[in-house]
Amino acid sequence: MQMPEPDSNTLAKKDRLEARIVEAIGRQAVIGDEVELRAYECDALTAYRCPPMLALLPRSTEEVSKALAICHEMNVPVVPRGAGTSLAGGAMPQADSVILGVSRLTEVLETDYTSRIIRVQTGMTNLAVTGAVEDDGFFYAPDPSSQLACAIAGNIAMNSGGAHCLKYGVTTNNLMGVTMVLMNGEVVELGGAHADAGGLDLLGLICGSEGQLGIVTEATLRILHKPEGARPVLIGFSSNEVAGACVSDIIKAGILPVAIEFMDRLLIGVCDEYSGAGYPDCEALLIVEVEGSEAEIEHQLGLIREIAMRHDPVEFRKATDADEAGRIWAGRKAAFSAIGRISDYMCLDGTIPVSQLPYVLRRIGEMSKEYGLGVGNVFHAGDGNMHPLILYDANKPGDLETCEAFGADVLRLCVEVGGCLTGEHGVGIEKRDLMVDQFAPEDLEMQMAVKDVFDPKWLLNPAKVFPLASSEARRMAAE
Amino acid sequence: MTVYQPKDAADLAETVAGLGAPVRIRGGGTRAIGQCSASDVLDLSAISGVVDYEPGALTLIAKAGTPVSEIEALLAGENQRLAFEPMDHRALLGTMGAPTIGGVFAANVSGPRRIAVGACRDFALGVKFIDGTGRQLQNGGRVMKNVTGYDLVKLMAGSWGALGVLHEVSLKVMPAPETEVTLVFDTPDAEAALAVMSGALGSPFEATGAAYAPEWGKAYLRLEGFETSVRYRAGELQARLGDAEILQEDASRPLWRDLGNVTDFSEAGYVATVSIRPAHMPKLAARLSGPWLADWGGGLVWAAGETGDAARITDELRGFVAEHGGHCTVVKAPEEAGLAVFQPEAPAVARLSDEVRRKFDPAGFLNPGLMAGA
Repeated sequence: MQMPEPDSNTLAKKDRLEARIVEAIGRQAVIGDEVELRAYECDALTAYRCPPMLALLPRSTEEVSKALAICHEMNVPVVPRGAGTSLAGGAMPQADSVILGVSRLTEVLETDYTSRIIRVQTGMTNLAVTGAVEDDGFFYAPDPSSQLACAIAGNIAMNSGGAHCLKYGVTTNNLMGVTMVLMNGEVVELGGAHADAGGLDLLGLICGSEGQLGIVTEATLRILHKPEGARPVLIGFSSNEVAGACVSDIIKAGILPVAIEFMDRLLIGVCDEYSGAGYPDCEALLIVEVEGSEAEIEHQLGLIREIAMRHDPVEFRKATDADEAGRIWAGRKAAFSAIGRISDYMCLDGTIPVSQLPYVLRRIGEMSKEYGLGVGNVFHAGDGNMHPLILYDANKPGDLETCEAFGADVLRLCVEVGGCLTGEHGVGIEKRDLMVDQFAPEDLEMQMAVKDVFDPKWLLNPAKVFPLASSEARRMAAE
Repeated sequence: MTVYQPKDAADLAETVAGLGAPVRIRGGGTRAIGQCSASDVLDLSAISGVVDYEPGALTLIAKAGTPVSEIEALLAGENQRLAFEPMDHRALLGTMGAPTIGGVFAANVSGPRRIAVGACRDFALGVKFIDGTGRQLQNGGRVMKNVTGYDLVKLMAGSWGALGVLHEVSLKVMPAPETEVTLVFDTPDAEAALAVMSGALGSPFEATGAAYAPEWGKAYLRLEGFETSVRYRAGELQARLGDAEILQEDASRPLWRDLGNVTDFSEAGYVATVSIRPAHMPKLAARLSGPWLADWGGGLVWAAGETGDAARITDELRGFVAEHGGHCTVVKAPEEAGLAVFQPEAPAVARLSDEVRRKFDPAGFLNPGLMAGA
């Protein structure tokens, strides 16, 4: 993965920069030691590493503002970091950059159950937000699989989704307001505890902008009351096509499950062996979860059963108690760990129109043979967000490169059938160079013009999202 | 006055590229509000028609000039709908014409169900538009989950044509429910109404409408879904919130249509909306002397008044939100009152918004003056 050549002038500023920031926000908020900086050299895209010049861990919006203002004045690039769980390299440093982490901003600032909102500092983990309100029966809906570790700041930067977004939406649908620090240190408030923007929807623009427009330090989030209950059903099919048709029929019937998860044969086997979930031996498996009272759940599962039976399933297994529900989910939730045990893998994140599912799975199978690498498919079927897992051997020379080429072809296929490169993980560095496959040059130019407004010197996370060649003129002008 | 009526996207791009003076963008012409200074009109009604509809994927793509009624009829055929319940402004504003999907998208128009499922922008998947220089641009697509690049779709939804001329939008649609009922509670004051609405919206029983009409002293809760589920939830909510009168589907539907279209205020000379934190609704109510209604569980207040009071009421509403957060939008007012349609923004936000507008429309040819600062 190509990164811009580090700028020697910037590297030479390290000592002076460190001294100024220490003076502004204190020694404790600044890491300059080479060994300690190793902790910040990568995020969850661990194939790529590069320690930054400094890591800053401010304790307030004011400190974030002071630190950014200094970097802005000294023309030093800043890479924002939540919890470092990005799968796309969104928080990966460049050698001549400073990491600004929000991990010390972990306070709940306010909860208002009458208005159903919570205001938090963005270093809080996703799950901790739910933890703060669950005793009162509430929860925060977006649930990325990394929710135990990932920070709200990163969720906002990447517009994170999760398994239950078919019903509850993704981060942008649950984000009501932010306090954001611009690269020049200016603090702006967007949105709040009220609905919708009174002018241009800058909040909608910020969410998913991958830390390139500002650093969000506080967020107002929508919270919901927990449902009375939830129960999954497992349906096995003899082919991917039939499973896909069943998904479409469930949706057309007017049932709105909270989640519809899909696994193919490879994943079924691997996950079953790993978790002891007791999955049937079949080509494709759906896990469909519905919510409500006992009677409401029974009613919806009855309708789903009726639809599934028309597709001649290999198995239809309804969870009858919490234990059985846990077992049905156990395999799916362990998918990445289970695969990780048998092989190195790369996880893709393209989205496709649901109707293209059988075709895309067939093409992925063909490509798997062409490239000579195995692939397993697990994905959020209700919304077409795929997660093909390509297996490779990190110790075998050239295997990672082959895997990346295969992955790029799969993502191009997603775009070709009317989908997109990334449904919930973000572009980061990983899909940066594929952006030209999805966007015309003028569309990328328009997006970069938006960054010009928020960060005219192109110092915030500058080597991400846009192909380096597209952003080069802007990044160079900044130096 | 020139009226441009391009027939397709290419024609539209050429028209915009060749503009020598500002234009007012017109869809169905149902919301003639605002201070747009352009005299020429860019009429999108010829760029019309549904491009693609996939019921099993819950996605619809339509050209901007497509009448909302055409889309709703098509969706109804598959037992689906636009869940954000776009308002029809005609009764309130006394206008003719037919609302178009482009107009709905451009103004992020949503109705009572917004409180439960989100606004138009939350269902917006993709957009194709022409910027102020005539470039054909697009963002998003037709799939439900997409974080590829910046979300200009959200930015365009609610940009009132000031960033570009929309010519195609793609939307997420939803299944229509089997049935609906409305629970009507007697609530003597705003505090009591808020308690009912928040009690329902903060419960597991999923109300998809929560409104309060102070004139009648009634709070309304809408429940939608499968018949058995609706009946169950109506019982549970009454057990918690007290007895209510129940309106069945045939009475519930027109009630919410009228609430959403704010037909009660069609005679008023002045109408504005205030988006606030729902918990602040009673505080705002105490300051209002004219007629008002609350929707979105108290989060949206409709305030009405006499024509002559337009400036005074607007000042009061804007003063309240300046103090407590939110924003006030003028929906109906006499032209001569010269009121800004939108809430003035904080200086830092106003600067960002202005600069964004200049990137999209450097010459200021698209709906100039309609949004603050343009």
